Amino acid sequence: MTVTTITDAELTPKDYASDQEVRWCPGCGDYAILKAVQKALAELGAPRERTVFVSGIGCAARFPYYLSTYGFHTIHGRAPAIATGVKLANPGLDVWVVTGDGDGLSIGGNHMLHVLRRNVDLQIILFNNEIYGLTKGQYSPTSRRGTHSPSTPQGSIEAPVSPCAFALGAGARFVARAVDTQQADVVAVLKRAHAHRGASFVEVFQNCVVFNDGVFDHFTSKDVASDAQLHVEHGQPLLFGRNRARGLRLKPGSVALEVVPVGEGGVSPGDILVHDETNRALAQLLVALEPPAFPVALGVLYCNPAASYEAEVYAQARAAGFSGEPADLGALLRREGTWTVTE
Amino acid sequence: MALPSAPARQARESVVIRFAGDSGDGMQVTGSRFTVETALAGNDLTTFPDFPAEIRAPAGTTYGVSAFQIQFGASDVMTPGDAVDVLVAMNPAALKVELKDLRVGGTILVDTGAFTERNLTKAGFAANPLEDGSLAPYQVLTFDITRLTTEAVKPFGLSSREAHRCRNMWALGLMLWMYGRDRQATIEWLRRKFAERAELAQANVAAMNAGHAFGETAEMSEHLVGYTVRSAPVQPGRYRTVSGTEALAWGLIAGMRGAGLEKMIFAGYPITPASLLLHTLANLKAYGVVTFQAEDEIAAIGAAIGAAYSGALGVTSSSGPGIALKTEMLGLAIATELPIVVIDSQRAGPSTGMPTKAEQSDLFQAVHGRNADAPLAVIAAATAVDCFEVAIEAVRIATTYMTPVIVLTDAYLAHAAEPWRLPEAAALPRFPVRFRTDPAGFHPFLRDPVTLARAWAVPGTPGLEHRIGGLEKDYDTGHISYDPDNHARMTRTRAAKIAGIANGIPPQRVALGDDHGAVAVVGWGSTYGAINRAVSEAREDGADVSHIHLRYLSPFPRNLGDLLSRFQRILVPEMNDGQLVQLLRAAYLVPAQGLSKVAGKPFKVSEIVQAIEAALRSPQSRSPSPHRGEGARG
Repeated sequence: MTVTTITDAELTPKDYASDQEVRWCPGCGDYAILKAVQKALAELGAPRERTVFVSGIGCAARFPYYLSTYGFHTIHGRAPAIATGVKLANPGLDVWVVTGDGDGLSIGGNHMLHVLRRNVDLQIILFNNEIYGLTKGQYSPTSRRGTHSPSTPQGSIEAPVSPCAFALGAGARFVARAVDTQQADVVAVLKRAHAHRGASFVEVFQNCVVFNDGVFDHFTSKDVASDAQLHVEHGQPLLFGRNRARGLRLKPGSVALEVVPVGEGGVSPGDILVHDETNRALAQLLVALEPPAFPVALGVLYCNPAASYEAEVYAQARAAGFSGEPADLGALLRREGTWTVTE
Repeated sequence: MALPSAPARQARESVVIRFAGDSGDGMQVTGSRFTVETALAGNDLTTFPDFPAEIRAPAGTTYGVSAFQIQFGASDVMTPGDAVDVLVAMNPAALKVELKDLRVGGTILVDTGAFTERNLTKAGFAANPLEDGSLAPYQVLTFDITRLTTEAVKPFGLSSREAHRCRNMWALGLMLWMYGRDRQATIEWLRRKFAERAELAQANVAAMNAGHAFGETAEMSEHLVGYTVRSAPVQPGRYRTVSGTEALAWGLIAGMRGAGLEKMIFAGYPITPASLLLHTLANLKAYGVVTFQAEDEIAAIGAAIGAAYSGALGVTSSSGPGIALKTEMLGLAIATELPIVVIDSQRAGPSTGMPTKAEQSDLFQAVHGRNADAPLAVIAAATAVDCFEVAIEAVRIATTYMTPVIVLTDAYLAHAAEPWRLPEAAALPRFPVRFRTDPAGFHPFLRDPVTLARAWAVPGTPGLEHRIGGLEKDYDTGHISYDPDNHARMTRTRAAKIAGIANGIPPQRVALGDDHGAVAVVGWGSTYGAINRAVSEAREDGADVSHIHLRYLSPFPRNLGDLLSRFQRILVPEMNDGQLVQLLRAAYLVPAQGLSKVAGKPFKVSEIVQAIEAALRSPQSRSPSPHRGEGARG
């Protein structure tokens, strides 16, 4: 898919950087995501004055300070609620939400559920590092069972939530995933999210070098990446591995996926599932894939647009008489049940 | 042959009627219709609905009793009345619950058809009170309203259940006859309400007419007497009745227009008794209103803040427990200095408390209930009509000073209704906002030198791209700052901005009486009517007492301390355990005494009169300060 945007002046990624010194830990995955966002904005030619980044609390939430657009650093977990208000007040704004696994799925889980279900036209980027970084390393709702942290010295005993499975369960109509260091993929996914009208949910695996370093190495490190990552593309077969020699198909007699070798000695390419990003059932299978038995699915896993919330709100409001010319208040007060007292 | 002359109706100066029945008996509708006809007859009036928290409590039980009280009269009526003159009891449970408020010698009107063995048992009567002489102190009028209604609606082919539900209209018809009220507005209303089912409209009209005719034909009876209540002397003009909720909704719209804003984003989460405002505004989209039912209280205020950030009027509304949930967001609105209006329809607490019962116990929460030094503006509405002006004033303060404003109302004001002389739209206040558009020298915390309000720069404006948030900002650049001196400066600036609101509000006036004397009764909120009436009665008895009623609770008017210092004693009646009294003592070091009522019911005039008398008898606590000019600083 190609997005062509014509702007008055060609903007570069640098034009989207603010004058503030970036203060994440050296080596933090957030730097890479910031660069990717700036690049995506430049490629979209996003007008800075119409672009708003809203964040909650956490390391990721510092993001708006480092962009030259409008930005609102709000409170813990509540960015989706405030972004909804921004969009309701001015649907013409291009609104992005930056959140993290604790911000978006723990304290703010309820807002995330409802902003996705309502389908408010926002791009939501969830930085998942499976840890609370800003508060010095406690386990988060996406931490895997057994995570040792200051608050779980014997290892955490909670089952983690999968952000993309949560988003699909909440009724999100755009769900995508990327790895912080794979800049081209992050940029591509963000541009797709931007093109989607409605709530777009993007999970970015983000490495926390200080408190959870290497937590995604089992599928992001160079030596395993090709076998542990499945980059999906709409209309293309679900192939991965060296020389794309492995693929996914439906396990015969079951509603489950299985990994099969393709080509010589394996199944024929025609037996491999073709990605259909409008297929919700397939998306649910893809988001659940986990190493080592399966690769991690990356890219646009689900995209099935419907009318966005604020568009429907204003359609109803206009049907009820809302317009640039508000109705006469005096007439409202005098509408019924009045009487006149004379001298 | 001479025609029998109609017996003369007896004249009354004012009357208190309470309609009471099962929550399924339609008592709120009956009361509301009686109110409209009474207003049209030119009486002044105040109403007070009192209904159970249960939507449909088991029929016939005492906790399922729903009541509606109205006081109407020929002179200024300010409260729903202390003692009831006429109690309409549609079942035994209603009689059981409401009898205590009926004055001795008052009239009870009952539906004998509902006084069955079963209903008497459910209401907890061991013997039938209509037969055991226990009602001897009262005048009891008994009618088999159930049977009379059934007969009246027979031609319309209703089910027996539907026919039974017309009983309230029969009772209404009789009461309309008793006070010589018209029926036409109610007939028209019934036709509109049941436009889809003409037979229901006809049956209800027939039931009402039957009740009315019953009064007329029984007029010779010495027991059933008609009354006249002459109309109140009022200023000429166009009038209507208005509830506090309607006045708030319209006032918010008037405020939005006054500020020159294009739209209001009103975000709420369902909670009793605040939801009514959401329902009302959801039907006013043509006036520039967008309503949003959020997923929770926090999201509701979050959306209001987001809307304010984007240049709309952001409003949210709730009740005590919901306001508690909004607390952290209020801090964000204070830190980012964004204008939102938060309406707190107070109810009895703590926690869930008594959701349908009024209290004034959120004053501390409104003024102080946040982490850190987090001042904001707090104002309160005194009457249903006052809600209109207070809503406009809230928008004015919010947008002029770039601050959240909390408006305190309560469960009583939300439902109470009174006549309102309609203002001319052209005469409503105007206070247009000026959005910042000039990029030269801009940063988001540039302040107006007079109001200290920061610049309102909204997304979409080229060249003003900026970042704000809950972190402390540098005074001179608006960037994040952890500098200790800067934090002290910003904290004091935020406080000075709120304190400065007092420069733009009228000096505190005395609502009734002199601006000095023996006793000042100082109130706020919906106690206005009861206090004013009590002070009026005490003054008629020669007492040196004045009524001061506060709209502005944070900050206080500049002259308040000076005004209070001119009274020997200060009595502060509140529907809480003593909150304003503490704020006044803390602010002005005055020996104010509280009068607390936490019963889920409004003050009775007599309770305040007694407290005034006690205050006058108490030893003088101090000499008043020498008289000074009203503009003097407290």
